[in-house]
Amino acid sequence: MPIKVLVAKPGLDGHDRGAKIVARALRDAGMEVVYTGLHQTPEMIVTAAVQEDVDVIGVSILSGAHMTVFPRIMKLLEERGVDDICVIGGGVIQENDVPKLKVLGVREIFDADATTQNLIDGIERVVAEFGRARKRTGAATPAS
Amino acid sequence: MAIQLERDDVDQAKGEWEQLTLLPFMERRPERRSSFRTLSGTELQRLYTPTDVADVDYLATIGFPGQPPYTRGPYATMYRAQPWTMRQIAGFGTADDTNARFRFLIAQGQTGISTDFDMPTLMGCDSDDPRSEGEVGREGVAIDSVDDMLDLYRDIDLEKISVSMTINPSAWILLAMYLVAAEERGFDWKKLSGTIQNDIVKEYISQKEWVYPPKPAIRLVRDTIVFSTRNLPHYNPVNISGYHTREAGSTAIQEVAFTLAGGIGYVEEVLKLGIDVDSFAPRLSFFFVSQIDFLEEVAKFRAARRVWAKVMRDRFGAKKAESQRLRFHTQTAGASCTAREPLNNIARTAIEALAAVLGGTQSLHTNGYDEALSIPSEPAMKIALRTQQIIAEESGVAGTIDPLAGSYAVERLTSDIEAGCFAYFEEVEKRGGLVRCIEENFFQQEIADAAYDLYQRKERHEWELVGVTKYRDDTGNPKVELHHVDEAASERQLKRLRATKARRNENKVKAALAEIARVAQTDENIMPATLEAVRARVTGGEIVNMLKPIFGTYVEKPIF
Amino acid sequence: MTRSVPVRVHRDLARAITAIENGYASFGDTLATLPARENGKASFVVGVTGPPGAGKSTLVDRLIEKFRAGGETVAVIAVDPSSPFTHGAVLGDRVRMQRHSGDTGVFIRSMASRESGGGLAPTTHDATALAAHAGFDVILVETVGVGQVELEIVAVADVVAVVTVPALGDSVQTIKAGLTEIADLFVVNMADRPGASRTALDLKHMVRESGRDVAVLQTIASEGTGIDDVMVALTAARASESSNAGRAVRFEVVRNIRDAAVRRALAVLDAPRGRSVLERLRAGELTRLEAREELLVYALAEVINAD
Repeated sequence: MPIKVLVAKPGLDGHDRGAKIVARALRDAGMEVVYTGLHQTPEMIVTAAVQEDVDVIGVSILSGAHMTVFPRIMKLLEERGVDDICVIGGGVIQENDVPKLKVLGVREIFDADATTQNLIDGIERVVAEFGRARKRTGAATPAS
Repeated sequence: MAIQLERDDVDQAKGEWEQLTLLPFMERRPERRSSFRTLSGTELQRLYTPTDVADVDYLATIGFPGQPPYTRGPYATMYRAQPWTMRQIAGFGTADDTNARFRFLIAQGQTGISTDFDMPTLMGCDSDDPRSEGEVGREGVAIDSVDDMLDLYRDIDLEKISVSMTINPSAWILLAMYLVAAEERGFDWKKLSGTIQNDIVKEYISQKEWVYPPKPAIRLVRDTIVFSTRNLPHYNPVNISGYHTREAGSTAIQEVAFTLAGGIGYVEEVLKLGIDVDSFAPRLSFFFVSQIDFLEEVAKFRAARRVWAKVMRDRFGAKKAESQRLRFHTQTAGASCTAREPLNNIARTAIEALAAVLGGTQSLHTNGYDEALSIPSEPAMKIALRTQQIIAEESGVAGTIDPLAGSYAVERLTSDIEAGCFAYFEEVEKRGGLVRCIEENFFQQEIADAAYDLYQRKERHEWELVGVTKYRDDTGNPKVELHHVDEAASERQLKRLRATKARRNENKVKAALAEIARVAQTDENIMPATLEAVRARVTGGEIVNMLKPIFGTYVEKPIF
Repeated sequence: MTRSVPVRVHRDLARAITAIENGYASFGDTLATLPARENGKASFVVGVTGPPGAGKSTLVDRLIEKFRAGGETVAVIAVDPSSPFTHGAVLGDRVRMQRHSGDTGVFIRSMASRESGGGLAPTTHDATALAAHAGFDVILVETVGVGQVELEIVAVADVVAVVTVPALGDSVQTIKAGLTEIADLFVVNMADRPGASRTALDLKHMVRESGRDVAVLQTIASEGTGIDDVMVALTAARASESSNAGRAVRFEVVRNIRDAAVRRALAVLDAPRGRSVLERLRAGELTRLEAREELLVYALAEVINAD
């Protein structure tokens, strides 16, 4: 089954060239890509991820606010009882912030020079490694 | 060109050259690629000869500098009188932080000021707006009220140095703040020179910083142009920009065509008020990128001037030469800079800066080598400025005007870009005009397709990036010292904002906001009411939010 | 009182739809993962179809606003096309509805059309049923809108709104004949553009000829103009006894026959006689036209005479 990815654009900046190229390339790689649109808050991103039940949230961020945005996304996912959606990021993210983001649970960070093939490979790897077993086994979580 | 007479001879000689010299040589040493394309994807010929420019009439289409159609430059002496304005953009933290950077740059020989605002200011959010969290003072300077504006240009003589401000959806408010700051410091508006970007059309097309839908947003631009025409004789009230369109992945032709299409839209909007085109057109200014494809870029700048001259003359009947004269600022291409081996960006930027100068730019910002990593550090900015100074003082290219004119390749590319622009103008008309094309994503789709095409060419190694897709050194990426983000700046800014709010008269604030809302619902000029509000220390966010229910908010229809 | 739906139900509904969509669980098993609907009343399912660029998502955004103002919860199922080559898809409809993001009374789900060609995904019907079961009062189903007549929406929706824009040409060519049969409501969106009244008039003529009682309304969805009229028409249709059931059943029958015919035709074409035609084509004994005609006659006869 196709991997479903939310391509998310948090913050106020409008640099969506990367996000859109990524969306298009992931589609061409056979994935189903949900695009959030620009200027999203972490709340909007997590709401979309939950409703769309994606495998991966790909956060494209060039505004420098990644140390504000990622912790919020991770916290909101936890609050909403979602532990099986992988979060990855790309854009302008300074190298020394990468380990801090990994500690938060962000699975992968791609720098500005990453190719879309790097990204496709990365997403497939992350989903294989950390993605939900639930979907593949078919055991939907019962309501309580 | 007189060359036309020789055309048959040249063609015959070229045929012989191909047979006798080229083909035998290629037998031994084949070319390394089957085709060579420009960054925009235009196929380059192996060799350009007089035949390729036989259709170019020198007097009518190339002409002389300082005369329409301005192909050779907007001024008669160009850099022989004075070099282009070296205008490094700066902005981070609070007004005080940025003021210090301005003064550093002026001390290093910079001749103009250019201001980068933080994302909240650009989007019309105050620093205490929840959406601003994490972004206050980060990518630019935070400006909430005129108090910030006063500190931003403190100790800088606004009648002497020209000040440019990169701001769009909230531009009319920032212009009002600038004018009130100047007024309170005792400067004469009539002596202010400078530029405000204020180009909302390209926001919908490519940069994606918007608040209101196109129609009311274009009306705000119109109001600033009209106000400026009457009150600010040396100020450029709009800087019609192709930079962001190109950075979003467009071709060179699209960059020029869509930018000038925006220009046409503004002119039409002002003309609707019955204002004479020659009264405001001379103050329209432009902004382009200089990308890494040297020849294509030189041709692009030359073509842009020629196209605009023809548009103003033929479409709008502009009589004054100055109305037909396109003046532009240039920034080297952020998108060409790589995160890997960042010092390589110095070489890229130098090539791009040279293209801008040979293309006849009026002012130039050169990117720091750390462009792909963060906002520029002081050392990065210094080298970037030095790059311009080396071109101006050492390279010798500033000594003769438009030195690449007459190059068969450059003239051919110039004419082709011109033709491409007029083809797009026709297409825009056919599709129902500028606003309709924005709403139906015509420009956005063209750019997205071009961006994806370039991306694929890079992935197929048809366009190489040194140090990234070719000659990659995986032994480790050299580290450079980056701009240190001052995490405390946002707290300092919030304090400044609270102080301003505590000092002001709330009754005046309410009255001023009500007056803006009233004016917004009429067709009156919005500037006087905005100036009054700014004097009363109303913040940018307060004004922007007040108008949302009246103007509506814009939501894009995404395309890929 | 404006109702909402617990965030936890959003998550469980989303997971249930995924399970159905990817075939990990049967509909019945999946249904059991959701709490039973509390108020027992049936959901109202509105289909929104029409050509690309007609403003379907913007209209849906406005309808969400109106239904919420009336205190009802709303689920949106928005279908976007899958690439027939890579099977990938970009789903962007929810961008236009993002202002409802913070409202837990609104659930928005995008679906890729996957192999289906009728404007919906193969499991849109099931997804709609799950959303109804999860307690959403109104379900807005937005079809792919790639241009062809998307009839499948009839099988899913109680009421179908067909959205179009003023035609630039001299007639309403964008409105295919089949649409008059499925539409319970025509919406001429972007009515501030030239040709809007003309388009509305043309549609009214078409409706009259078809003998059905279908309203033709004009809206400017981006500005919220005319939406109240759409709500009035939807509410009337909702209350009306002349339900969509007959049409839906008829459509289901046609669809089942069509699907069966396609399956049968594929099998026939793969049988020895079909293969021999292709071999003769390869050998140059038949032209493409001749081969096609021969296969068509053969397959049609076999399909009609089957069973």
